[in-house]
Amino acid sequence: MLLKSVEYVSQLAIPFMIVGIIGYGLQKNVKVYEAFTEGAKGGFATFIRIIPSFIAMLVAIGVFRESGALDLLTNALKPIVRTINIPEEVVPMMIMRPLSGSGAQSIISQLARTYGPESLACRTAAVMMGSSETTLYVLAIYFGSISIKKQRHALASGLIADLVGFLSAVYVSRIFFNS
Amino acid sequence: MLNIIWSVLIISGFLIGAATGNVQNVTAAAINSAKMAVELAIGLMGVMAMWLGILRIAEESGLINIISRALKPIMILLFPEVPEDHPAMGAMIMNISTNILGLGNAATPFGLKAMEELQTLNRYKDTATNSMVTFLAINTSSVTLIPASTIALLTAAGARNPAEIIGPSIIATTMSTLGAIIAAKTLQRLPRYKIKPWERGRKNAA
Repeated sequence: MLLKSVEYVSQLAIPFMIVGIIGYGLQKNVKVYEAFTEGAKGGFATFIRIIPSFIAMLVAIGVFRESGALDLLTNALKPIVRTINIPEEVVPMMIMRPLSGSGAQSIISQLARTYGPESLACRTAAVMMGSSETTLYVLAIYFGSISIKKQRHALASGLIADLVGFLSAVYVSRIFFNS
Repeated sequence: MLNIIWSVLIISGFLIGAATGNVQNVTAAAINSAKMAVELAIGLMGVMAMWLGILRIAEESGLINIISRALKPIMILLFPEVPEDHPAMGAMIMNISTNILGLGNAATPFGLKAMEELQTLNRYKDTATNSMVTFLAINTSSVTLIPASTIALLTAAGARNPAEIIGPSIIATTMSTLGAIIAAKTLQRLPRYKIKPWERGRKNAA
């Protein structure tokens, strides 16, 4: 029931936005077609600006994912993670999440296959997915698009946010799902 | 920093690939990723153009101003350097609200537009401003209320009640967003993240 209404809302959100904005524009006598095409011009310029950082990041992430570096890094981090009481099954998730959304999704699928979709590990990883973002990728693309070279505290802030999300996910999931 | 992370990802990837006899696959991954990046970016260009068109209508009709005014108290607190009627505010509001609704496809164009607008307020064009960092920190903390794609993933994996992750996700993402804002606002005061005086000097000389 809840799931159905959630689906319904997300299916209707975009149509509602588009129709609502155009409808309001018409009511305010905006030349909506001209305004749309004028605004849409910006799409091409943005494409040109983001493509270099897009390629740079996706190549690096592709190489990293294929190499098996994730397993090595996971094993190296396990002892540290154990001391702060994080289930070690979700360590790959914590490494992959800031780098790649599709990589993180495939880790959730893998956890579901190995431990079951109702396991604490799988649910914790799913909550992590919802409480953090592909930080490195977002920083690279957003700053790359406007040629910012000195990013100052952006990476530190983004990674702190991810860490807070991960730790919250671990503890909240334990409270919610550990029956 | 990005220089280091990027090099480490690529160099360690190839070295580990070579050590495990997997190097051909790693090479193939590099080349395929480069191809895929262009395909993805072309797709994004179309979506971007569409949402920028819609955004322009919303701007010209004054709708963005109405929403901005409603959210003014929060936005001024978060982005004190941005004038309240600046187009950057509208783009950031659209980005954050589409993110909250889980409309990632629409959020990215608004986010890129917001960065462009924030850059017009930037005195030192190669250096991130406090507003940019705060905006990106909020963005990378994920503000999505309903993690729809993850729920779909769990459903596909056979979970009986995948919607049960919604509650915990909302709590965790609220924590991470608060963490992001506190981190960005605290770190911006640290000497190592200050906009460096010599950069200012060079800018004035130029």
